[in-house]
Amino acid sequence: MAQVTLRAPLSELCGGRSHEIEGATVSDVLAALEHAHPSIAGWVLDEQGRIREHVNVFVNGTHGVAETQVGPDDRVQVLPAITGG
Amino acid sequence: MTELLVGTKKGLFRLEGDAGNGGFEVTARAFAGQSVEYAMRDPRSGRYLASVTSWFYGPKIWVTDDPAGEWQQAEGIALPEGEEQALERIWVIVPGETDGVLYAGGAPGPLFESRDGGVTWELNRPLWEHPTRSDWSPGAGGLCLHTIAPWPGDPQKLLVAISAVGVWLSDDGGETWRHSNTGIVPEYVPEDARDNPIQHCVHDVRRAPGRPERLFMQFHGGVYRSDDAGATWIDVGEGLPSDFGFPVVVDPADPDSAYVIPLIGAEDRTTPGGTVQVWETRDAGTSWTARGEGLPARDAYLTVLRESFDSHGEGDGLELYFGATSGEVFGSADAGESWTQVADHLPPVYSVRTA
Repeated sequence: MAQVTLRAPLSELCGGRSHEIEGATVSDVLAALEHAHPSIAGWVLDEQGRIREHVNVFVNGTHGVAETQVGPDDRVQVLPAITGG
Repeated sequence: MTELLVGTKKGLFRLEGDAGNGGFEVTARAFAGQSVEYAMRDPRSGRYLASVTSWFYGPKIWVTDDPAGEWQQAEGIALPEGEEQALERIWVIVPGETDGVLYAGGAPGPLFESRDGGVTWELNRPLWEHPTRSDWSPGAGGLCLHTIAPWPGDPQKLLVAISAVGVWLSDDGGETWRHSNTGIVPEYVPEDARDNPIQHCVHDVRRAPGRPERLFMQFHGGVYRSDDAGATWIDVGEGLPSDFGFPVVVDPADPDSAYVIPLIGAEDRTTPGGTVQVWETRDAGTSWTARGEGLPARDAYLTVLRESFDSHGEGDGLELYFGATSGEVFGSADAGESWTQVADHLPPVYSVRTA
């Protein structure tokens, strides 16, 4: 299973920073994370299942998109983008 | 003591004080760094509700009994899965006429209803799935459902307004809806294209509580009044320095009263001539009087957004408060005769509601 790392406030909503989640793609992993922790429903993925515009996902340190493949030992980091105003 | 809930670009601020004595102070701040589009206190339960749009994590409604304490995320604030659009923001939250019922409006045009005081919400499907929806067009602020006006004492009657679509009425608690823009002239479209009944950029509507069939509207160009529950509208903007503005407020004790804050329209959207004035009518829009004593009189180019003006009390005790995107909040304890600045340096103000 992939190792998913979160930061606050997502880590607080999910009860910790690190989570073992199964999924073949970034989209699958995030959907499974949401399924395991319904408290983040709507936070990372919108109601249409799309990654929110200002959330970044990295797989093994490389910026990923919804379709990026995720292997069983991969590291998936979910971070807020460096945006705002 | 009056409580002001000020939604800003950088969080929610609760101010408490007395406009008559000029002293307000910030007594709570929540959602630091996040956009709080709207916050209100339900007078029936005392509960606070805030609509917050995180730059990262999307729009949510939060509820609490103590704005300085913990907030609980409400459930159900989302559009139906399997569609193209996602919820963009919540513009307004309004108590209904049935105990525990609240309504929330947002972009791109949804109306939500809660029956448990704001903890859980459900989309109003009849309006969301209205056959005309594919023809709805957004205004500059998006396709926003920003006005919800229940009928005092009758939970079946509702008025909502959407920019740039117009007014919608329901007589069956939201089961069916009909648009109602007769008399409103959208001068921003060519004359021979004005027969489209749903292209109306309504900015705000307030109902006169003591005469519910009486409504005042600030339109994109014009101030209108309805005496027949929104069935028809007449232009009452003559005498104002500009036909553009965002919010409108009424004195609950006087159905002939309305207050607007004219701005130069449509691209400028600042106070005309660098002078900040609230304009009042007490004869249902036949005449208007400027109320500016104590407000900035020169070199003041403020923008006051549609949810940033509210009242507290009524009649001789009517208090008025408005905030600007430049961070000031002004208040009057004498129905607009005189004003003081009750906050100087807040982040850009998106909404002001009294409690």
